[in-house]
Amino acid sequence: MAQAQLPLDTPLSLPEHPKAWKWYDYFTFNVDHKVIGIQYLVTAFIFYLIGGLMAVAMRTELATANSDFLDPNLYNAFLTNHGTIMIFLWVVPAAIGGFGNYLVPLMVGARDMAFPRLNALAFWLNPPAGALLLASFLFGGAQAGWTSYPPLSTITATTAQSMWILAIVLAGTSSIMGSVNFIVTIWKMKVPSMRWDQLPLFCWAMLATSLLALVSTPVLAVGLILLLFDINFGTSFYKPDAGGNVVIYQHLFWFYSHPAVYLMILPIFGIMSEVIPVHARKPIFGYQAIAYSSLAICCVGLFVWVHHMFTSGTPPWMRMFFTISTLIVAVPTGVKIFSWVATLWGGKIRLNSAMLFAIGLLSMFVLGGLSGVTLGTAPVDIHVHDTYYVVAHFHYVLFGGSVFGLYAGIYHWFPKMTGRLLDERLGILHFILTLIGTNLTFLPMHELGLKGMPRRVAMYDPQFESINLICTIGAFVLAFSIIPFLINIIWSWNKGKIAGDNPWGGLSLEWTTSSPPLIENWKVLPVVTKGPYDYGIEQRKGSTDEDDDEKE
Amino acid sequence: MEQIPASIWTLTAGVVVTLISFWVGHHHGLLPEQASEQAPLVDNFFDIMLTIGTALFLVVQGAIILFVIRYRRRAGEEGDGLPVEGNLPLEAFWTAIPALIVIFLGIYSVDIFQRMGGLNPGDHAMHSMHTPKPAMAVVAEAPSKTTSDATALLAAAPTPEIGIGASPDVQGKAPDVVVDVTGMQYAWIFTYPDSGIVSGELHIPVGKDVQLNLSARDVIHSFWVPQFRLKQDAIPGVPTELRFKATKVGTYPVVCAELCGGYHGAMRTQVIVHTPEDFEAWRSQNQAIATAPVIPSLSDRHVEEMGVTPQLVAQVEAMTHHHSPAKL
Amino acid sequence: MQGTVDSQATAIAVDHAHEHPDFRVLGLLVFLISESLMFGGLFAAYLLLRGMHEQWPPEGTEVELLVPTINTIILISSSFVIHYGDVAIKKDDVRGMRKWYWITAAMGAVFLSGQVYEYLTLGYGLRTNVFANCFYVMTGFHGLHVFVGILLILGVIWRSRRPGHYNAHKHTGVAMAEIYWHFVDVIWIILFTLLYILTRF
Ligand code: HEA
Ligand code: HEA
Ligand code: CUA
Ligand SMILES: [Cu+2]
Repeated sequence: MAQAQLPLDTPLSLPEHPKAWKWYDYFTFNVDHKVIGIQYLVTAFIFYLIGGLMAVAMRTELATANSDFLDPNLYNAFLTNHGTIMIFLWVVPAAIGGFGNYLVPLMVGARDMAFPRLNALAFWLNPPAGALLLASFLFGGAQAGWTSYPPLSTITATTAQSMWILAIVLAGTSSIMGSVNFIVTIWKMKVPSMRWDQLPLFCWAMLATSLLALVSTPVLAVGLILLLFDINFGTSFYKPDAGGNVVIYQHLFWFYSHPAVYLMILPIFGIMSEVIPVHARKPIFGYQAIAYSSLAICCVGLFVWVHHMFTSGTPPWMRMFFTISTLIVAVPTGVKIFSWVATLWGGKIRLNSAMLFAIGLLSMFVLGGLSGVTLGTAPVDIHVHDTYYVVAHFHYVLFGGSVFGLYAGIYHWFPKMTGRLLDERLGILHFILTLIGTNLTFLPMHELGLKGMPRRVAMYDPQFESINLICTIGAFVLAFSIIPFLINIIWSWNKGKIAGDNPWGGLSLEWTTSSPPLIENWKVLPVVTKGPYDYGIEQRKGSTDEDDDEKE
Repeated sequence: MEQIPASIWTLTAGVVVTLISFWVGHHHGLLPEQASEQAPLVDNFFDIMLTIGTALFLVVQGAIILFVIRYRRRAGEEGDGLPVEGNLPLEAFWTAIPALIVIFLGIYSVDIFQRMGGLNPGDHAMHSMHTPKPAMAVVAEAPSKTTSDATALLAAAPTPEIGIGASPDVQGKAPDVVVDVTGMQYAWIFTYPDSGIVSGELHIPVGKDVQLNLSARDVIHSFWVPQFRLKQDAIPGVPTELRFKATKVGTYPVVCAELCGGYHGAMRTQVIVHTPEDFEAWRSQNQAIATAPVIPSLSDRHVEEMGVTPQLVAQVEAMTHHHSPAKL
Repeated sequence: MQGTVDSQATAIAVDHAHEHPDFRVLGLLVFLISESLMFGGLFAAYLLLRGMHEQWPPEGTEVELLVPTINTIILISSSFVIHYGDVAIKKDDVRGMRKWYWITAAMGAVFLSGQVYEYLTLGYGLRTNVFANCFYVMTGFHGLHVFVGILLILGVIWRSRRPGHYNAHKHTGVAMAEIYWHFVDVIWIILFTLLYILTRF
């Protein structure tokens, strides 16, 4: 088939150089991948604040054993929407939509994504999805948890539940559109001079992420559409008294939602692989191992979903098979972790905010990953399933992992996006508060779960009160930690120090264009002459004085 | 001279990490008291994983901190670090070691699971003798249409093949005590098929092989006794079971672990592990009353009116915590 | 700064053209992977439900075979018909392409009417039982895809009014409609096997 030449959709109504743009130009229908990336990031961050406020309300309720601050049904609505917003409207859109859109074309040397209009459309599905979720509070809010298992979800606040389903289907559609775009862009649009082994690891991670989203999201959509039919159109797919089966929903849900946790961490792993070498001033250790391990995680990750159902209606062989497949995921993940640690070795590490968050992620994620491994074994999971031990696990990987990674990415690429540097002192304050808050909030939850506190409860056994109070204090520290960050972003966007095109001395292609980059990214497309992580290689050739480094 | 301290450091670090990990693995005190045959198995396994996990965490954490301090950029320092791009033996090493660890953990968890009885749900020759179940008869009188359909279905349902079954030492044998457990918003109802007793609390004899047949009337619930380390969802339409031996006399909480509505957190009761004599006494005392079992009013509310009132919760709580319905 | 790509300096002259190759066909193929998993999820749910019932379909909800078989024949033949359209446009024969696409759209419409007829005469509805749930949701969902396919075909026909919009070298839209139509066809074959053939024999 002949490939016709298509005009690229250029937003010609805007000046070519973003410096001449007004802020509201970022909030109109625009097909430029950088604008879309920023739109994703900003909207997602707003949802993060909303989801975070819900968490703070929940923690306030949980400060004491009895239900006195929130009505239990409202508590459940907050809980459901906190989880949903954080996953579907914060981490996924920020990591994939935000950083993916902003960086992939810049990193592969393309002028835009393969399908710019589709890209814009994908973004614009997100605000209505969020609006639906928030509006559902007028009908009581969905109350069946972000997992929304029937039969509970078919009989509780059904209007709100239906809105919840539609919101997720919208977000899912957006995610499928985005995946198609990323796959084609990375596959086909890197500059010809870039070899596959010179493709930045972030792009490898995005490729793996997109493949995963592409095959898992539609299955969730099916599960939810059947649920929608059960709620509204009198079918009985999940109604046991009419021949349906509730466990089928769980399979369809987790077939997506386990991979979804990798959707939330693989792009973050990509960010790590970019941030660490630049600030450690070293080539990434084990480029191939990191690239392949993303693909390995993505393949194995499709066959572990039953580890969320070890106490559900699953026969013994399933519990055993999925125990083993789950444990296997630790190996490729470990490869990445060790490679990043090894990248630090022998570096000249610049401990700025971006790097601090990256290093913080390294330690927090390992803790969360290791508790994940204990959950992966059926015997232990039977005890701790649906307890605060699980809540501790996933906040370590999601907050200590994904959110730390998003912060690292923001500190790292803010200068590229805006042309200005973020303030380092505020950044370090933000990091310290976040680190303390994370551990204060989520570390004690391990003990709560092991000792017997179930999750998703608005009232609990008073014996757990003191530990819960610590968690609540931690949550307030976390809420507080946002303030220096917000001040920093808003102030630096207008008044920050001018960054220049390449403030960190990065080697990947996004640093070869101006900050912020032009529409269509480069006047003349760059030619790749060396790898994205070739730090120190020329210096090495030129001299031998590193040797005393080793002896030091 | 430079070489020797390095290896000594490594050795010392290794010893320290090992010691700390073992200490943590044995003294963490994070798990509640053990009151079933399965509990020591689970705890042992958890301790092993915690030991390995602590070691891995300390190694990674230690390396990060060490490298960050040692290789941090000092003021005025220019230039790049060492251009090391990989090291095949090292990478093979850190792929192989975790692989070995997870293979070990995988095999070990199958073994533990087998010893817990996890591989044998449905292995109970006795079960079929208990039909028709009095529990079902009572429950089926509930006015709600959907629920009675569901229970009709449940009554006809085959024996559970999901959950924790006979542990190796009782395999092929009938359990000593069978209890039918029904979860509903927001209470557990325990029915003793051979005596007809209906109770809001679970009474079992210590050291006897107990089988719980779990079912749910409205939404999914999950039966959890932290001190037993056992949990199994009670699922509408899917019969499940838990089979175990309690090893310690005492009173332990029964917690609903699956979100089942607004008052999910209040869905708690207790399991009372009696000495065999006490259990017999409890049984004969309650059997008399059990001829006309009363299911409290809470069975006819839920599916229709989901707007649960605080009064109801107070009622449910009072009921489940303070009185056994059999005694009402 | 020693860590910068000296790209600008050594750049070969890449034209600042606002153009890039057309990847829409590739995009569609990638998207169809996703679509097939959507149907895959439905099929999996259907097979699981089927496995849980002794009698499937339950009494009184047996499927009818005559109209669906005719329908199947029509839909499968339409895949050949649309292919003639593709062959025609590759020979620069826009009128031929339009003719074949019209026929395909008509066959699609007949298929949909057949399905509506089937719905009206089956004697049971969406809510009757789990089998009926599956039957209507699966065929309905597929019918929706047929409908979208018809719209794509009509879109191609509409655009082809403009002389030169499609020619032997430039016919991505034509190809995309064809690929989508084949996809819908393949899904139908699986669906027909699952819902009709395997429930009757
Ligand atoms: C970013 C998101 C994220 C990530 C990356 C992970 C990663 C992992 N998760 Fe987690 N998980 C969640 C998010 C995530 N999870 C969420 C949201 C839930 C709850 C959903 C809900 O119910 O609401 C959940 C729940 C959950 C469960 C279900 C618990 C339950 O409900 O009972 C399980 C069980 O197996 C599990 C396991 C794992 C494992 C094995 C990993 C592994 O990928 C971790 C691998 C990483 C490491 C192991 C650390 C680094 C490796 C080394 C240092 C190498 C050496 C290590 C060894 C040899 C062990 N997770
Ligand atoms: C990426 C995902 C993510 C993130 C970042 C978080 C962040 C937080 N989460 Fe949560 N959480 C989930 C994903 C996430 N969570 C999921 C999936 C569930 C499961 C839901 C379910 O069971 O269905 C869950 C459940 C969950 C629970 C369990 C509830 C229960 O089971 O009953 C708790 C309890 O403490 C909790 C707490 C918190 C806290 C304190 C934070 C903190 O980190 C939040 C910190 C808050 C902020 C940082 C924002 C504060 C903002 C302000 C104060 C605004 C200032 C405003 C202006 C200036 C306008 N979360
Ligand atoms: Cu019953 Cu929670
Ligand atoms: Cu998972």
